Amino acid sequence: MNKEVFNKQAANVLVWLLLLAMPYWLPAIGGYIELGTRVVVLGLAAMALNFLLGYTGVLSFGHAAYFGLGAYGAGMTVRYLVPSTGLGLLVGTVVGAVAGAIIGPMIIRLRGVYFAMVTIAFAQVFYFIAFRWSTVTGGDDGLTGWTRQPLHLGFTTIDILHNPTAFYYLVFVVFAVAIAIMAWLLRSPFGRTLLAIRENERRARFLGIPVDQHIWISWTISCAFASLAGALYAYVNNFVDPRALYWTQSGDFVIMAVLGGMRSFWGPLIGAAIFVTLQDYVSSQTENWMSFVGLFFVLVVLFFPRGILGMIRRKVAS
Amino acid sequence: MTQVVLFNVFNGLIVGAFYALMALGLSLIMNLSGVINFAHGGFLAIGGYLAFALLPYVGFWGALILAPMLTAVLGLFVERVLIRRLYGRDPLYSLLLTFGLAFMFEDGTRFIWGAQGLPFQVPGWLLSPLSTDYFFLTGYRLFMVLIVGIAVAGLFFILNKTRLGIRIRAGTLDLETVSVLGVNVRILRNMNFGLGIYLAGLAGVLAVGQLGLQPTIGSSLIMPSFVAIIVGGLGSLPGTLLGGLLIGVASGVTTVFFPSATEAVMYVMMAAVLLVRPRGLLGEEGRF
Repeated sequence: MNKEVFNKQAANVLVWLLLLAMPYWLPAIGGYIELGTRVVVLGLAAMALNFLLGYTGVLSFGHAAYFGLGAYGAGMTVRYLVPSTGLGLLVGTVVGAVAGAIIGPMIIRLRGVYFAMVTIAFAQVFYFIAFRWSTVTGGDDGLTGWTRQPLHLGFTTIDILHNPTAFYYLVFVVFAVAIAIMAWLLRSPFGRTLLAIRENERRARFLGIPVDQHIWISWTISCAFASLAGALYAYVNNFVDPRALYWTQSGDFVIMAVLGGMRSFWGPLIGAAIFVTLQDYVSSQTENWMSFVGLFFVLVVLFFPRGILGMIRRKVAS
Repeated sequence: MTQVVLFNVFNGLIVGAFYALMALGLSLIMNLSGVINFAHGGFLAIGGYLAFALLPYVGFWGALILAPMLTAVLGLFVERVLIRRLYGRDPLYSLLLTFGLAFMFEDGTRFIWGAQGLPFQVPGWLLSPLSTDYFFLTGYRLFMVLIVGIAVAGLFFILNKTRLGIRIRAGTLDLETVSVLGVNVRILRNMNFGLGIYLAGLAGVLAVGQLGLQPTIGSSLIMPSFVAIIVGGLGSLPGTLLGGLLIGVASGVTTVFFPSATEAVMYVMMAAVLLVRPRGLLGEEGRF
């Protein structure tokens, strides 16, 4: 086993161990379990976005739409249909994925800034629907009157509402499955083709790869995982409000991916950990947290454009 | 009924004129520099608040002239210090940077002037209705349309008749050649950015006269400007103008018949345009 492969495997093991043991070490260093849960959920959303951004080379700035659709899908299923955690996750994911699949054909031919602009504008439609259709969605006040439901596993029932550790492990399991699927997809011929499109779209096209179709599939997969993250996010808060769909939320996902490193698999998770922790801290200290978040965006762009993992990798290589 | 429809069409035109003014600035910057300026709404808000701050000293007319200029100066500065570093890089970075700036501007105005809405006094004689049948036809509304018209005419004059404008248009088509021909592209982009921000500042002054001062005024107006650009066609300034007016009127008309879809209708239009004509109504073929 050469050194590079060894480093990669060691990093994978380290990440999984840290995530698995989160409820034990995080409170010890001054955090709390809900913070860890939020990091994992938003990390999943950022990694879903990075499937498109980092591995297909398509700049989506509207992922909050699918994240929010997942959140509303899960929340409304539990609130109105069946009080089932699993079904909520399923419905949330399917709703977001279907919306993505429908919008996909309208946008996949666009590139670069144009793609970014159209995705962000489309995301606003869902925001206004959630905002205006207040009889069903609760409008500006958000979707309330429900909580996450106990998990029935057949042989036992787990109370995830009052036990944050149990809830964390539910999120962790969902996260692990989603990440495994994404990693497997990226390693498959399909994933390699996406990399080829990212590196040289014209060449990929000349080689006979149906580029638009690949981007559409990649987009839909990315939307599906973003909405899965959104469904989990609804459970984290026991509440959904239209801000989960607002364009600023999309920007948060992009900055997480960039901050951690778009070209690395775990980068967005690390970006999410830093961003969520920082936002949590700053908003507890000052009313003007928006300025600090904005300043953070500017500093990341100016000083860490490759992201943290990108910088480490460069240091190691040189 | 006719009155209600007319009222809303006219209202839509005015709102559309704002969108167009803002979208024209965005378009200018995007065409020449490839930067989506998310902070455009923030500049608009700053224009409005500057006018508010200047009002007691220089009066309405002074504020109308000075505030957009000061906003443009701020724009020149921001371009010089921050945005210039990102030209030629992945558009992702300028997006994120201006996104951060938008946050800072919004929070900054809230910090200085407070989160509450503030009234903005326009001269009394502009506020009185001109006709009792068409009560909505106040002087200020007509005045806004007039100013937007003058600004747009001025913009197209600059672009078509002055050396700066011709260089901007040439640079939009082929910046490298313009640079080789001895034009200082750095200054050109700087001036162009300032021109775009001037329009945002002017839209800001007019908007606060109609809507009042709110720190969130910028973030609420930026998305429709994007839609205006997409509907009108990327790369085409007349298209942007048309797009802005169209979506304004469309939301005005929708207010009459289906009020809860007022904001959503422009996105439906956008989807329709993207399906039927992906380059936008007046967009150039193959540019994006």
